[in-house]
Amino acid sequence: MTTVATILGDVTPSYWQSTLLRVLIVGIVVPTGALVLAIAFLFKVMAWMQSRLGPYEAGPKGLLQLVAEVGKWLQKEDLVPQGADRIVFKAAPFVILASTFLLYAALPTGPDPAWATSLPTGIYFVLAVGSISVIGVLMAGWASANKYALIGGIRAAGQLIAYELPMVLAAVGVVVLSGSLNLQEIVMAQTQFHAFGDWGPALPFIVVQLPLFVVFMAAVQAELSQSPFDMPIAESEIVSGYQVEYSGFRFLVFFLAEFATAFGFAAIVSTLFLGGWYLPIGLDLDSPLWYVLGPIILFTKIMIVSFIVFWVRFSYPRFREDQLQKLAWKWMIPISLAWITVTSVAVVVWQ
Amino acid sequence: MTATVPDNQQLAYVAAKAADARVNVEFESEGMTLNIGPQHPATHGTLRIVAKLDGEQVVSCEPIPGYMHRGYEKLTEVRTYPQVTTLVNRLDWVGSFANEVPFILAAEKLMDVEAPPRAQHIRTILFEMSRLANIVLFLGDLGAQMGGVTAVFYGFRDREFVLNQIEAVTGGRFHPNFDRIGGIKDDLPKGWIAETKVAMDKVLAFCDQIEDLLIGNEIFQMRARGVGVIPADIALSYGLSGANLRASGVDWDTRRDNCAPGLVYDKVDWKVITHPDGDSFARCWVRLQEVRESAKICQQLLDTIPAGPIMAKVPRIIKVPEGEAYVETENPLGVMGYYVVSKGELTPFRVKIRTPSFNNISVVPWVAKGVYVPDVITILASLYFILGDIDK
Amino acid sequence: MPKLPGLIKGLGVTFGEMVQTLKPDRMGGGPVTVQYPHEKEEPTPRARGVIALHEENCTACMLCARECPDWCIYIEGHKYLAPPRREGGKPRQKNALDRFSIDFSLCMFCGICVEVCPFDALFWSPEFEFSEVKIADLLHDKTRLGEWMETVPDFEPYEAGSEAKVKKVPARP
Repeated sequence: MTTVATILGDVTPSYWQSTLLRVLIVGIVVPTGALVLAIAFLFKVMAWMQSRLGPYEAGPKGLLQLVAEVGKWLQKEDLVPQGADRIVFKAAPFVILASTFLLYAALPTGPDPAWATSLPTGIYFVLAVGSISVIGVLMAGWASANKYALIGGIRAAGQLIAYELPMVLAAVGVVVLSGSLNLQEIVMAQTQFHAFGDWGPALPFIVVQLPLFVVFMAAVQAELSQSPFDMPIAESEIVSGYQVEYSGFRFLVFFLAEFATAFGFAAIVSTLFLGGWYLPIGLDLDSPLWYVLGPIILFTKIMIVSFIVFWVRFSYPRFREDQLQKLAWKWMIPISLAWITVTSVAVVVWQ
Repeated sequence: MTATVPDNQQLAYVAAKAADARVNVEFESEGMTLNIGPQHPATHGTLRIVAKLDGEQVVSCEPIPGYMHRGYEKLTEVRTYPQVTTLVNRLDWVGSFANEVPFILAAEKLMDVEAPPRAQHIRTILFEMSRLANIVLFLGDLGAQMGGVTAVFYGFRDREFVLNQIEAVTGGRFHPNFDRIGGIKDDLPKGWIAETKVAMDKVLAFCDQIEDLLIGNEIFQMRARGVGVIPADIALSYGLSGANLRASGVDWDTRRDNCAPGLVYDKVDWKVITHPDGDSFARCWVRLQEVRESAKICQQLLDTIPAGPIMAKVPRIIKVPEGEAYVETENPLGVMGYYVVSKGELTPFRVKIRTPSFNNISVVPWVAKGVYVPDVITILASLYFILGDIDK
Repeated sequence: MPKLPGLIKGLGVTFGEMVQTLKPDRMGGGPVTVQYPHEKEEPTPRARGVIALHEENCTACMLCARECPDWCIYIEGHKYLAPPRREGGKPRQKNALDRFSIDFSLCMFCGICVEVCPFDALFWSPEFEFSEVKIADLLHDKTRLGEWMETVPDFEPYEAGSEAKVKKVPARP
């Protein structure tokens, strides 16, 4: 919290005050990020790709649609199915939400992050925490006392676990290049990364890690249960899968968790492959301008990555469960392993 | 008829039977019984499919139609011929002009009346346009079933052009009610031919777009190739027709092989498209090519409409002479036929409607053994049925 | 491994559509959406929106009520004696229309009534915005059906090669 301290003058907040401030900021940033993604991509960009306009009446050009959506979901009746396991049913959305919030703890948005710690095990922590959502999905699927939900939950569990591994392996390539698990160190490494000799600006890792970028993006798509990997929520078959029995506030929590996770993962992708909060614009790393520019640059990169994620979502039909698994185990893991080997060899040879 | 049995006793009997049936379906086999439908986004209407699953594999699968039975064949016994034409529009409600044509042709056969050439020509054009409307919806809906949602919007957008043209000439987009015994109801308004040609161009552009987006998409091909293979002899024995039959390699098209007099397919240069594989991809591919052929047929027909009257000399109040006639045509969904029995009155005595979708879904238990649940959806999507057509 | 081209082409299609939708109207772009309450599309003149009655032509012959598949037309009339056309002739028996209502909650919009009317008293109008809150209000009586006559468009000329004659909509009072 030293940045906030320097901006506010000689005020040193106590531990509890700074914790409260961080919790508040996360509590605002996470839902806002989710909602920005939802309105921009789920409603508007999807509509433009389908030759229509999207929501247009709520607010100017329909931008307040989400306020209406939130209000709508909140006023719906809160149903718990008769045969459902009440405690597990009610807890499941919040387990997923918990994993989402934990994800944001490791993201750097500037040289001295205002509200994130510089975790030494950054990327490892992120990937580990991302798999808590599997438990939430299974809880939702089982506790709904509904065959469709059960099918959806089991499909989801299989898919999410299968795609953890390509994600981890794709991140390993970046870790090898930067020499650290800490996300902040990874961004710093990209500020010094001159892959093709000492001329030119610092390059983000994507230029030498393109296959791993593709694998990571595909794994992110699968972790978010987006088309083409949306078997768990296959709408035309099992009608919302594990979310089918949820209504009202709990469904809103699922929705929020999905988009907040998308925002978080897009931030991770930008940090790992696109250079995070850094742009090689010749500004010295010590300058306090980075506290303002950093988040803005990161936000732009998040938007670009999210655009790609949602673009693929709207264009492709979905995989069948076994094809999905084959893709993960037979194609993505060997490719990542091969490229990690290439990267490691290159690092040893050229540095 | 059941005056001797008191009502509540009969009700109790029926209820007991129904409860037994329900219990049998639920607990008969090991594995899970999944009810797909009747309310479901994937089935085109209220079709119920009872699938017994073992994990994700289907052990047996049975479609249960009848949730939308409206009693058409009984209704036709008390409706005059123009009224039956109106009702029959609502069987296959997506390509609805096509439903009227075989009925009118059967009645014309009984009355021994031939429509003038201009009427036959326009009838064929509208028939092909209803095929376009129907199959463009199929292609869009394929996206919805498979998960690629954008295809739906392109399909509905480009179908609007065809529907607007149908509305311009008949007055109704979905239920044209335009065919009459002896000809058609009204003539083409000025400028219709030019506008329809523009609509055909848009449909052809849509075909290219859908090919890039969906049919050529590798994920779609992975989902659909090799899934739900129906060999030619099974297809023939179950009575499949239309694109389903041609996708199994059987070269039969009623427009060429058994064309009813009254449609002018012999004056147009067109091809019948078959595919040897018989899997879901083949059925989707054949329908895509059929849309292209249909658009080309329409373009050729639009250039050569003969001048003349649009209605033959028929009496005002139509009483069809005694006799029976069966006429079938190649409707968008398959082969549709009407067997009209007349006793010389204002209303038909009996009309038996042979609808293509009824036979098309009869093959589902055979083809869906041992496939995964998502494949059942693929198979249903590629077989393509409309509930109004199944249940009448 | 799936070959890339099909996947990339699919992405290209959606991206192209997005660009097309965002292009301003003067460059030929724009969405297909018609923002309904604010902008309205004109239906074609033949569109079957609502049925209009030209009461002067109606002789209460009941053909339309008989032919309607849904029996949604209610007609009541009475006969009266009109004065003879010439001096010393017989008084003529004429039909007068008491009640002519069409129940649009039952109507299938099939057009059989308009077609069979021998006196050209019924016409189609493309007006479709007449939803009501109460179903009973969908029973349009004689006056309301007469009001729809103002919205009936003129019959269009036919395409070349047609032998049909263009009918005329009777002059509105």
